Amino acid sequence: MTSPNPPAAQAADRPRKRQIDLERIGLGLAAPVLAVLLSVIIAGTLLAVSGRDPFGAFRIMWNYGTASDGQVAVLNKATVYYLAAAAAAFGFRMNLFNIGIEGQYKLAMMMAAFVGTQIDLPAFLQIPLLLIVAMFVGGLWASIAGVLKVYRGVSEVISTIMLNAIATAVIGVLLVPGILAPKTGGTTNSIQTAKISESSHFFSIETQGGTLWGFIVIAALVGVVFHFTLNRTRFGFDLRATGRSETAAKASGVNVKRMVITSIVVSGALAGLVGLPELMQNTPYFGQNVQVGLGFIGISVALLGRNTPIGIAFSALLFAFLDASGAQLPTRGDYPAEIIPVIQGTIVICVVVAYELVRRFGLKRQQQKVGAELAAQAAAAAAAQKEVAA
Amino acid sequence: MSLQRDEAPDDQQEIAITPSDSASPGGIPSAGTATPAVELRGITKRFPGVVANHDIDITVQRGTVHALMGENGASKSTLMKILYGMQKPDEGTIAINGEQVVFATPGDAIARGIGMVHQHFMLADNLTVWENIVLGSEKLYGIGAKAKAKIRELSDQYGLGVRPDELVEDLGVADRQRVEILKVLYRGARILILDEPTAVLVPQEVDALFDNLRELKAEGVTVIFISHKLHEVLSVADAISVIRRGTTVGDADPKVVTARQLAELMVGAELPSPESRESTVTDVEMLRVEGLRIAKPDAEGVERVVLDDISLRIHKGEILGIAGVEGNGQAELVEAIMGMLPLDAGTVTLDGADLTGTRTRARREAGIGYIPEDRHRHGLLLEAPLWENRILGHVTERPNSKGALLDPAGARADTQRIVEQYDVRTPGIEVTAASLSGGNQQKLIIGREMSHDPKLLIAAHPTRGVDVGAQAQIWEQIRSAQREGLAVLLISADLDELIGLSDTIRVIYRGALVADADPATVTAEDLGTAMTGAATGHIVSDTGTTGSDRVPPTDTADYVQAGE
Repeated sequence: MTSPNPPAAQAADRPRKRQIDLERIGLGLAAPVLAVLLSVIIAGTLLAVSGRDPFGAFRIMWNYGTASDGQVAVLNKATVYYLAAAAAAFGFRMNLFNIGIEGQYKLAMMMAAFVGTQIDLPAFLQIPLLLIVAMFVGGLWASIAGVLKVYRGVSEVISTIMLNAIATAVIGVLLVPGILAPKTGGTTNSIQTAKISESSHFFSIETQGGTLWGFIVIAALVGVVFHFTLNRTRFGFDLRATGRSETAAKASGVNVKRMVITSIVVSGALAGLVGLPELMQNTPYFGQNVQVGLGFIGISVALLGRNTPIGIAFSALLFAFLDASGAQLPTRGDYPAEIIPVIQGTIVICVVVAYELVRRFGLKRQQQKVGAELAAQAAAAAAAQKEVAA
Repeated sequence: MSLQRDEAPDDQQEIAITPSDSASPGGIPSAGTATPAVELRGITKRFPGVVANHDIDITVQRGTVHALMGENGASKSTLMKILYGMQKPDEGTIAINGEQVVFATPGDAIARGIGMVHQHFMLADNLTVWENIVLGSEKLYGIGAKAKAKIRELSDQYGLGVRPDELVEDLGVADRQRVEILKVLYRGARILILDEPTAVLVPQEVDALFDNLRELKAEGVTVIFISHKLHEVLSVADAISVIRRGTTVGDADPKVVTARQLAELMVGAELPSPESRESTVTDVEMLRVEGLRIAKPDAEGVERVVLDDISLRIHKGEILGIAGVEGNGQAELVEAIMGMLPLDAGTVTLDGADLTGTRTRARREAGIGYIPEDRHRHGLLLEAPLWENRILGHVTERPNSKGALLDPAGARADTQRIVEQYDVRTPGIEVTAASLSGGNQQKLIIGREMSHDPKLLIAAHPTRGVDVGAQAQIWEQIRSAQREGLAVLLISADLDELIGLSDTIRVIYRGALVADADPATVTAEDLGTAMTGAATGHIVSDTGTTGSDRVPPTDTADYVQAGE
């Protein structure tokens, strides 16, 4: 995470600092750009090998992405991805792998939907209520993994994967007529909650290209708070310190156990928000046909975005663009939509490797630079000394 | 070879030394026409790090113990890694027995008869000595009786006293070291590199090691001995090469040169003389530790007592030194006082406030400064910039934060102050801690800990892995803080440091404080005996001072012994 320079930096060393920052930014961008290029090449090759024109496919995607209806769809998708990625990134920043976003958001979405059907307050109370319910449920579900890790030493990777399966089962048990679903089933066969009250609907913006979800504001807010918390608060410093070196954090006085539970709960609470845009803006009920896999997309997006609020904004947009435009491939031409997961998968694999390489290169390069600068200083001092002696 | 004094403030000081420039054939007094065993010429290594080797010239004669001294940092170990084929020099040549060689891997070096005994032993505990030695070299003498016979033969030849059938886990540190030496000899080494071999040994074991080295020398083996301990080098070496800031600054003849001259050569400046000092010990109690006990079950479920009923007191202005062979509970004692380990029994009181139930952060806020033993694991965020490292451990205190918010500007400004005040050599405060050398990292840590007016400073091996220049600075910083009323708990493996700095010394052995000593009168040898558990109670040395150039603190006679 590169932190911005203080605004009051001394004018004297501003040029040097800017130079260093440029290099830092260049290094930071090199990995994702290369990964995206490489994955596009691989996907193109795959298309070519299967006898299709890769440029045709990319043209369809590009055209969709530049059209206004495409752009609105991308933004709406990106909103959801961003929230999922923020949840994953918060854990990653402390070296916690919250694989359980999937279960957390589904449970949270179901409970929020249920509360939305039962309570009908004015919108300015109802909407915060649903947000809080979702975050609370997500955080509570995640806290199980945190408690298990702290008190029983269970790896959060294992426990959150298990909790995903359990969450599915819990939903199966609760989402039955008479409990969370209305007793009298509708005309459809699918089991779902009743519709949430009108006051639960989030505002949206009508554009030429369709309805833009107002939840994008919430996503942006999450990003700002995320950044501020991590970089400007004591809590954030403790969290980053624990992520960088647990032993050093412990010696510095961080209560690592509490930190683990807190951060996994925060991650779960953010995960709780993931399902809400869909619920409060698109389909006003929770049912069996809820979109799955958002948690895992969030992990990929967080990895690509390097767990920074700005980074995941870009990677969420990229993933959303790929998904939205990829859906056009089978309808507008004879292209398999499966090429999109190939691109996304390649990006993630490449980027993980590339980030590690770039990180090592950056460290080494800085060591060399520091060495060279100190050597230059020493040489200058020695020269000055010789002059005095002579 | 005449003793020259060069008064010019030049890097190339000459004190009973030949200046080492590439034109001279090397400064061994006995240098004759014999082919040297090792000849390094103009070795330059641009290494990612602060110190790069440049223009290193060293000539090692066959059948001698050649000491390589210098700052503890990249230069010595890098040089030896180059000689052992672990790294390639960017420039320069290596000649072994007069023949130019290029090593790509340690295997090439071993084939040329070069062997290296690393500072950290590489032995499998659950195998016997014989199995450990044969491991990896099965082709040489097989794995059976022939191999065992060869081991016995080598052991007798060099007087190492190694018993091949013993399990390595039953051996002490000194025996393990002999196994490592034998392992190298077994592979046919005639040139031995020993990397800081005495760091892990108590004084008696050091003497035994030196006897072994003399034996090896008598058998025609060449030994390159890396150390920064002046007295050891003077007692065992036939020739000395000093490295400073990555280059050879001179060769010295151990028969003529004094410890002080050597130290000055290493530091490149006159050493601050160890002045006699007034006792600053007061009778105000700062830290009181009572009945500290920690017992952990080990892998087999047997309860192992790590800290056994430890009680100690440190007064304002007092430095309490803890002597002991590593692994006898020092680390646990520190972590117990820092609140990082849960206690089974006992209390910790700082300046009248009971800290027993509090967490590490509360203890730090109460005024405990901490210089950890392993600064990479416990003291620094290596990949974070210096100013973030300045916040580490003191995030709740000014100037690092205001309320719950960080104050990066304040932390940056204060980091700049620390860098200047504590002479941290760095191009700026935005570089990562990993890019600084060990000494500079340590100076940053000390500056950080001192910046919050600690009442108690816990200094675990404060000068470990730090060059002599920084060492003197660190000692002076600890002393000046002591004069201002700081209580210090000093843990060190360097007995000279311990005796030189402490007002009181306690000896820890198997988790218990078994002995105490007055640093004004105790000798390193007696302390070493107590560290092995052989002596308990109050240690009194008959000989008085050690005869080194250390001047003991003058005013400790009327000082009341801490503790019981």
